[in-house]
Amino acid sequence: MPAIAVQRLGEYTVQLRQPPRIVGAFTLMGPREGAGPLGQYFDAIVDDDMWGEVSAEKAERKYLEHAARRALDQAGLAEQDVDYLIAGDLLNQIVSATFSARSLGIPYLGVFAACATSALGLGLAAMLVDGGYARRVLVATASHYQSVERQYRYPIELNIQRKETNQWTATGGAAAVVAPPGEGAGPRITRITFGRVVDWGIKDANDMGAAMAPAACDTLLRHFQDTNTTPGDYDLIITGDLAKVGSKLFRALVERVGVTLGGKHMDGGASMYGTAPWAGAGASGSVCSMAVLLGYVYKEMARGRYRRVLALPTGCLHSPTTWQQGDSCPGISHAIALETD
Amino acid sequence: MIYFWAFVIGGLICALTQLVHIYVPRLTPGHLLVGLTVTGAVLNGFGWYDALIKFAGAGALVPVSGFGASITRGVLQETQKLGWEGLFTGTLEFVGLGIAAGVLFAALAALVAVPRA
Amino acid sequence: MDRDRKAIEGAKDYQRLVQQLAPKPNAARLAARAFLVGGTICFLGQFVFDYFRYRQPTEGEAIAATLASMILLGVVLTALGVYDDVGQLGGMGAAVPITGFANALTSAAMDFRREGFVLGMAAKMFVIAGPVIVFGILAGTLTGLVAWLVGAGP
Repeated sequence: MPAIAVQRLGEYTVQLRQPPRIVGAFTLMGPREGAGPLGQYFDAIVDDDMWGEVSAEKAERKYLEHAARRALDQAGLAEQDVDYLIAGDLLNQIVSATFSARSLGIPYLGVFAACATSALGLGLAAMLVDGGYARRVLVATASHYQSVERQYRYPIELNIQRKETNQWTATGGAAAVVAPPGEGAGPRITRITFGRVVDWGIKDANDMGAAMAPAACDTLLRHFQDTNTTPGDYDLIITGDLAKVGSKLFRALVERVGVTLGGKHMDGGASMYGTAPWAGAGASGSVCSMAVLLGYVYKEMARGRYRRVLALPTGCLHSPTTWQQGDSCPGISHAIALETD
Repeated sequence: MIYFWAFVIGGLICALTQLVHIYVPRLTPGHLLVGLTVTGAVLNGFGWYDALIKFAGAGALVPVSGFGASITRGVLQETQKLGWEGLFTGTLEFVGLGIAAGVLFAALAALVAVPRA
Repeated sequence: MDRDRKAIEGAKDYQRLVQQLAPKPNAARLAARAFLVGGTICFLGQFVFDYFRYRQPTEGEAIAATLASMILLGVVLTALGVYDDVGQLGGMGAAVPITGFANALTSAAMDFRREGFVLGMAAKMFVIAGPVIVFGILAGTLTGLVAWLVGAGP
């Protein structure tokens, strides 16, 4: 019987044999993110969104590239020490990832999972390292309020009145180096449950939380089923950016099937900006879940506050065109389990 | 007195549109503005919107329904003078200045100002 | 199969759950804000109209000058980065007046200028405001046609 079969748990989950470690991480965020309740957890804050660049697109790739380089520094590594760069972002053709890869010169695996890019990237990186296909992998993502708003919604200075369900795209870049457990310190990625696309018919692109909640529920339940675990087995269950409205829906959905999250559930999007009125339901953006994971969760795990964490970043997979053509907004959620020794 | 009605009628048009925006979420602001423009245009076919402008002044003129009404007013005026050619020459008679001004000022603004979140 | 059927069943009453748990907008407050912001802009417009009424030969020209002035106001407030805040406060009260039309032109011009003046700013200037012009011309011409024919009839 091939050894590969042993690494799958249940129907959807991957069990890593020698769980790789996140040996270096860096979060580089904008001023609004720095001013929020999680600001102290980010490694660097830029004092102006645009960071001296003439366009938001150029700024976004700067965030991504810098976060990637600083993550390598943290791990004491150089570009040639990692075998792959797995990166993605929200822009068409994932250009921030691509142009950063151009500068970094590392073999590049561009990925897209909207705001779930963090889990997709970290999960794939862990599999590549554990499978022996890479010595080490660098994972990075970034997003920028202005570039995403331009592409998905409206010109920045347009008089559109944001609703309570609207989310504010986080600005910043975050990156991590995944390596074999023997190298360095940091939490280990033990299990991965990649999700499938779940679409329960939400057509309102201004309510991404509602669009993504079913996917988060689906992946969470699959993970529990495959691994035979319950919320009690984790110190923290953290979703990516369901934000305030999506989190309510997520909790209602899982409670329906008898799962009680208790006080263990936290959402990156809901926490990023606290109660800031301009943030609507909370943060979104591919950097949101990555920065909360690599900033807040990573540091609190190092401090010993959390020992076992289940992270479920979520993504909303519509495009402005599909939305205009009347399609609903599909969601996806990927789960990664993190553990400290 | 007209100042009072300008405020009230203008405010009411906006408030009613806001309510439609809340209760019919399928309609985006773009749809609503188009709806108002068309309404203004249609209501001026027999001069009814111009009568509202006489009564409420800017309260009827400034909302985008006034824009639509002004297009109709132009068409009516020119068809009176020229016949069917007026259907084409009249459309921008009253709004042309506004569109031209809009393009000019917006372009100037783009030269000197940058968007900020 | 069973899981898929459960998923679809879940989807059916999910819409209801979303409605239930969705934050309810305070319609009265939002409508009041739209009323106040929209009313104020129109009130301002009345001043402008009165100013031009005594300086222009015809009322039609006074109207045109008023519209142009309100457009300039919208452009300036947009360039200053203020009009989006007016929109957040007043909603339709900021979008409906002609200043909102100006804001649509200006915000698009400012945003897309980064892709160059020809291919960016100029190509996309009407991306938001275009529908108002297209449908205004369509409706105005059609209405004018009908009115003219009816008026020209027996």
